[in-house]
Amino acid sequence: MDALHSIIFYILAAIVLASAAFTAFSSNLVHAAFSLLFTFFGLACLYIQLGADFVGVSQVVVYVGGILVLLLFGVMFTGSIAGGITRQTLQTKWSALVLVVLMAVMLPIVYVTPWGVMDAPQDKALTSNVELIGKLLLTDYLLPFEIASLLLLVALIGAVVIARGEPKVQDKVEDKNETAAV
Amino acid sequence: MAVTLEHYLVVSITLFSLGLFIVMTRRNGIRMLMGVELILNSANLNLIAFNRYLPGMDVSGNIFAVFVIILAAAEAAVALAIVLAIFQQFSTIQLDEISSMKH
Amino acid sequence: METLAWLILAFPIIALVIQYFFGKKLPRQGDWLSTGAIGLSLICSFILFIKVIFIEGDPNYLFQVSYPWFTGGGGLDFTFGFHIDNLTAVMLMVVTIVSFVVHLYSIGYMHGEQFYDSFFAYLSLFSFSMLLLVLCDNLFVLYISWELVGVSSYLLIGFYFWKDSAADACKKAFITTRVGDVFMFLGIMTLVLYLGKFNYTEIFEAVSHGEISGWVITVAGICLFGGAVGKSAQFPLHVWLPDAMEGPTPVSALIHAATMVAAGVYMVGRLFPIFSSSPETMLVIAYIGLITAFFASLIAITQTDIKRILAYSTLSQLGYMITALGVGGFVVGAYTAGLYHLMTHAFFKALLFLCSGSVIHAVHTNEITSMGGLRKKMPITAITMIIGTLAISGVPFFSGFGSKDAILAGALQFGLEHPQHFPIFLGLLIGAGITAFYMFRLIFLTFFGEPRDQEKFDHAHESPVTMTIPLIILALLSIIGGWGLYGALWLNALIVPPVIGEAAHEAAAHGAGHGSALAHYGAMVLSLLVAFGGIVFSYMVYYKRSISVEMLTKKMGPLYQLSYNKFWVDEFYEKTVIAFVMKSRMVLRAFDNTVIDGAVNITAPITRGTAMISGAVDKYIVDGLVNLLAIVVQAIGAVSTLFQSGVIQNYLLKAACAIGALLLIHNVIMRVLY
Repeated sequence: MDALHSIIFYILAAIVLASAAFTAFSSNLVHAAFSLLFTFFGLACLYIQLGADFVGVSQVVVYVGGILVLLLFGVMFTGSIAGGITRQTLQTKWSALVLVVLMAVMLPIVYVTPWGVMDAPQDKALTSNVELIGKLLLTDYLLPFEIASLLLLVALIGAVVIARGEPKVQDKVEDKNETAAV
Repeated sequence: MAVTLEHYLVVSITLFSLGLFIVMTRRNGIRMLMGVELILNSANLNLIAFNRYLPGMDVSGNIFAVFVIILAAAEAAVALAIVLAIFQQFSTIQLDEISSMKH
Repeated sequence: METLAWLILAFPIIALVIQYFFGKKLPRQGDWLSTGAIGLSLICSFILFIKVIFIEGDPNYLFQVSYPWFTGGGGLDFTFGFHIDNLTAVMLMVVTIVSFVVHLYSIGYMHGEQFYDSFFAYLSLFSFSMLLLVLCDNLFVLYISWELVGVSSYLLIGFYFWKDSAADACKKAFITTRVGDVFMFLGIMTLVLYLGKFNYTEIFEAVSHGEISGWVITVAGICLFGGAVGKSAQFPLHVWLPDAMEGPTPVSALIHAATMVAAGVYMVGRLFPIFSSSPETMLVIAYIGLITAFFASLIAITQTDIKRILAYSTLSQLGYMITALGVGGFVVGAYTAGLYHLMTHAFFKALLFLCSGSVIHAVHTNEITSMGGLRKKMPITAITMIIGTLAISGVPFFSGFGSKDAILAGALQFGLEHPQHFPIFLGLLIGAGITAFYMFRLIFLTFFGEPRDQEKFDHAHESPVTMTIPLIILALLSIIGGWGLYGALWLNALIVPPVIGEAAHEAAAHGAGHGSALAHYGAMVLSLLVAFGGIVFSYMVYYKRSISVEMLTKKMGPLYQLSYNKFWVDEFYEKTVIAFVMKSRMVLRAFDNTVIDGAVNITAPITRGTAMISGAVDKYIVDGLVNLLAIVVQAIGAVSTLFQSGVIQNYLLKAACAIGALLLIHNVIMRVLY
């Protein structure tokens, strides 16, 4: 059990990190987006392995079904799939240096910090917590939940308004002429 | 070798660094958004791992993760709208070229 | 009573406002409005007169009402109110009757004149001011109305302002009376300073309680009398009145004969307790009046301008009144006689002026030397003027007889009691004779004999009805007032000195009894004698021509010159006061030019210098500070711009650096702690 758990973890971690790296280093934007698909799936599996079945499913629905599609739309709309642009990156060396240093700093923290881990975490993994999350969202977390719904509404309208842009003046004039002609 | 909290945290850190690397080096706005999504997912992985391994946590970490996902959805929608607006305005999404407010 | 008083004041001022602003647009230029207004005032005054004199009939009757107006500095209360007693009632009748008659007369006399509407507006202004002067109950309002009548007098004298003589005359009148007004103001201020009140009754009470006494009350009295000297044209401020004849004749009749010049007399009568508490003041008043009465009558003998003769006659008669009031401080009856003379004089002098106006209207000249024989052309004018002349000369059964006789009686009694003051009586007596003489000279030269200027005579005609009716009204009043002895009797009972001061106490102690009957009949006989003497002498000189005028002139030589040139008073003022003013004007001008202008000129460079300094401060210090601030901000901005690449990835890199640094520090600390 333990071994199987470990093997699955390593496989998933490898998929996630590899696809994320491909996203980071690929020069083709569509390829990057597709590799991101694997990253999200892998992450969803990791969540489920960690006993968070609801979050895992949400991850698939929202990220894969929503955000990724959205990103692909963006790619299509802006016509920036690949080529044409000579230089896709900037300050690569400095960024790499800084990030290596950052990781070097963070890793000791992970290992040094006394986390106070539970003794037998495996027991929890067997039970589904969807029902509990649903109850809590409509009781203890009702206010954040409602605010989140409001935020989504605002984001929806805001996104529409921003993306629509100002209609050009000439179009307006033409519209008027047309209506006048009719 | 049993999988411990630290394993997840290392994955999370790596994921975070990769996301940050994308955001820091890529000029394309949509690619930068991908990086942001990676960073958010690394945070989610952290939340769920802590919820799994730390005592007295029930499901609050999961709920936080749900909210982060909601946030990510909203962020992605608005950010893409902004990218589109920028593209309409400047006919480019190479964000380092858009610095008309610098001076 | 209160309502009546308000109404009396309201009609003329409403007429004034309407007439002044809309006069030109009204039919007939609004003459009916002013005349009607004063007519209504006359009716109200008449009702008031009946109420006070006949219904009340009390010598000490006093109606008083006072409204708070405002409070001045130092808690001095200014009020407005009415003080109505028998004197007020009589005076109201005099003012409104004469004013109404003159309004009526003006409709004919001023017909077709330029500024016809303004003339009636000014008349309304005068009527209002004069009625306010009569009705008011405190010194403050008295002074206001005093100046208001002065202003209306100024406006009316200068009515023909395009004539230099009229313009000069109105200025002269205003400035000369102003000299008196300044004294009056000082007098009022003295009283207010020592008593802190304006109200007549309160002041009288304070005076009778001796709250102020000695030299203060004397000074206050003499100063107040200074106002009367100016307004009533007493010596030495009499010079303005003859010149004031430049105004239209109705104005001369109303203002400079009947009412305004009598305001001074009225004021002395009204404030009598203040004057009478100081015998010195009373003597000053008596002698000033005597001098005026005597000298003015001397001057009148030789004048040839019909209105000037009447003006000097007015001066002389006002002198009589003032003398009577002065003597009234010592002899009870004289006070009444003075005010009684004020009333009768108002009627017959207004009559005389209006008659002269009628004559001037007919022949278009003021010179009696170019008149003569006019009685055939204008019989009504002639008859009424003769009635007026008889009245002023003191012929029995005409009004002047009663009043003048009463004055002479008072003076004689005073002279008998105090022999050192006997000249007062003598002066007045001789003056009465001279008055009769020059008035009949005027009559004989104007209406009798042969016409001296045939052309003017031919054009002469009787005046229109609106002018003759007033003459007849006034002539009747001059006769009715002439049942003067009776009138004097009931006025004796009703108009008495209001509050008995120190001097009047003395007089009361001497009493009416001893010597008064002797004085009365003696004075009557003597005055009759001198009056007839004057008339007869005049008759012989100017009608019969049995005594040659030329011979008289030659014999009197220097005296004639003295009289003809009005005792050179004007010239004297010209040489002294006016010359002094002119000289000081030069000095003041030099002072102005050098010192004051110099000071003003110096301020310019000073201001410029200051401006330059403050400019430099502004430019280098204030602006410098602001610029320094800007430079500093700019420098900081320039430095921070180095971090602002405007590229978001760059910012993120820096943020990551910062986080890395923070975490490093965190690790080090953790290592140290654990």
